[in-house]
Amino acid sequence: MKRRPAKTPRRDFYRLRLYIAGQTPNSIAAIDNLKKICEDKLRGKYRIEVVDLLEKPQLAKGDQIIAIPTLVRRLPPPVKKIIGNLSKTESVIVGLDLQPVTLE
Amino acid sequence: MPRARPKVARSSLAKAPTGIQGLDEVTGGGLPKGRVTLLCGSAGCGKSLLAMEFLVHGAVRYGEPGVCMDFEETEVKLSANVASLGFDLRELAKSKKLLVDYVAVERHEIAETGEYSLEGLFIRLSHAVKAIKAKRVVLDSIEALFSGLKDSTTLRAELRRLFQWLEEHKLTAVVTGEAGEHTLTRHGLEEYIADCVIALDHRVTEQISTRRLRIVKYRGTSHGTDEYPFLIDREGISVVPLSSLALTHKALTDRVSTGIPALDEMMEGKGFFRGSSVLVSGTAGTGKSSLAANFANAACARGEDCLYFAFEESPSQILRNMRSVGLSLERFVRKRLLHFHAMRPTSTGLEGHLAAIHKMIAKLRPRVVVIDPITNLVLASGTYDVKSMLMRLVDFLKVQQITSMFTNLTFAGDPHEGTAAGVSSLMDAWIVLRDSKPNGRPRRELYVLKSRGMAHSREPRELIVSHRGIELGIVLTDHTLGTTVAGPSAVRSAK
Repeated sequence: MKRRPAKTPRRDFYRLRLYIAGQTPNSIAAIDNLKKICEDKLRGKYRIEVVDLLEKPQLAKGDQIIAIPTLVRRLPPPVKKIIGNLSKTESVIVGLDLQPVTLE
Repeated sequence: MPRARPKVARSSLAKAPTGIQGLDEVTGGGLPKGRVTLLCGSAGCGKSLLAMEFLVHGAVRYGEPGVCMDFEETEVKLSANVASLGFDLRELAKSKKLLVDYVAVERHEIAETGEYSLEGLFIRLSHAVKAIKAKRVVLDSIEALFSGLKDSTTLRAELRRLFQWLEEHKLTAVVTGEAGEHTLTRHGLEEYIADCVIALDHRVTEQISTRRLRIVKYRGTSHGTDEYPFLIDREGISVVPLSSLALTHKALTDRVSTGIPALDEMMEGKGFFRGSSVLVSGTAGTGKSSLAANFANAACARGEDCLYFAFEESPSQILRNMRSVGLSLERFVRKRLLHFHAMRPTSTGLEGHLAAIHKMIAKLRPRVVVIDPITNLVLASGTYDVKSMLMRLVDFLKVQQITSMFTNLTFAGDPHEGTAAGVSSLMDAWIVLRDSKPNGRPRRELYVLKSRGMAHSREPRELIVSHRGIELGIVLTDHTLGTTVAGPSAVRSAK
């Protein structure tokens, strides 16, 4: 994966950024839920970046973060944003517009 | 005397001055410091502007940097908006006095996948506050969150937490909210705000817009529940702090001349009380303006400043007309004793005129004010609530101990009660002018209908306006009234 630079991403490669604020139950749940869904649906085709706004508050403005946790699908375009602890798997799949792996 | 003071409730509540003309007066010093104030009103009522002024004045005049979380306008747009009022947001941002953070709320585009909080908003706000050591915060309009987030239970709980957070951090905050149909704000923000709620209103009646401000609640501070007219002009917002709270003005006993010796004579030989309000009513062409000009002339001759509001004629027209009745007012204009302020009555609503009148009086501090004619002011108001507005103006003039004369055009056959919305009851003295045609000979008559606090003549006199000025003829008794020939020549010879 490191071989594949970000500037030529595959069309089905997912770059996800999860905004959290400290180790709150919702943040921890969101990280766990996200990993599970990605492994399930996007194995080998995703990268997750977790941004803790308590450490980097200046990053909140760029992606217009209001709610925590917020997950931003940075790639593939268009940018999509979903909020919550990602416990409703169906909503996450719809919100991120994930193609069911079986169809590919 | 110091004894007069204890009536004013001295509040221990700390205030953050808004720097907005008049608003600090009606709130007893500003908004509650370290608390959240809700500012509500319909679209276009001026709430964003008021909030921004609070922030800018705080940063510039009171050394209190401010953060604006703007949910509606981007930084660029907002900068352009307030630049028209002479504020340079970019400069203020550079000098770390003011920071704007545009918060974009996508409308119903955000999928919600489980529990969440608004911690992101808290972090942004706290980051901005820390960056410039802000003391003031504006959230305009936080209600935008309701259109972006579906989980209103979470949202309400978070808003409550946000307002608490603001108070914990001792920030003086203004939160704006859109007016609802039956509630102050569409989403009931008023439920969360305990300390201060201010409502703005913008109505258009008969093509004339009027803006009003009302303090709905202000914990710990006595405030008027009146609606205060306010104005938005190039200098921003100014509220007219006209208050009908108290009838506490001191009644003066010294007198000022009416400018017409014979009329003074009818009022114990001394004229009006200083600080009183005088109504001069009459049909067209009966000499109301001449009477007002004589009154102004006498004031200037005493060396007093006179402010003359002309709503019908231009100053040069008035000067010319008055020359024809033997008054040369130019010299007083040159001496800067007589100040004309001419306005088209329809240029703005009654509130706008009152705001302008108030501004001018505060600036010039005249001893005498003439409003000629008040009828036109009333026309400008769409007749809504004129009386209460004029009452506040009259009270304001009295508190300032300004002697004021209002002329009022009435219509034939209705010489008395055609007065503007019953303003006569507010007046201390009322002089009626009228035409009559005894035996087919037209003449003008004058009588003093009322003059509070003094013995005055009630008998009608003939009013003679000529190049020599205004003179009063003989008393028109029941016998002469309308029966005998009492033309000007006869009167003059009688004198």
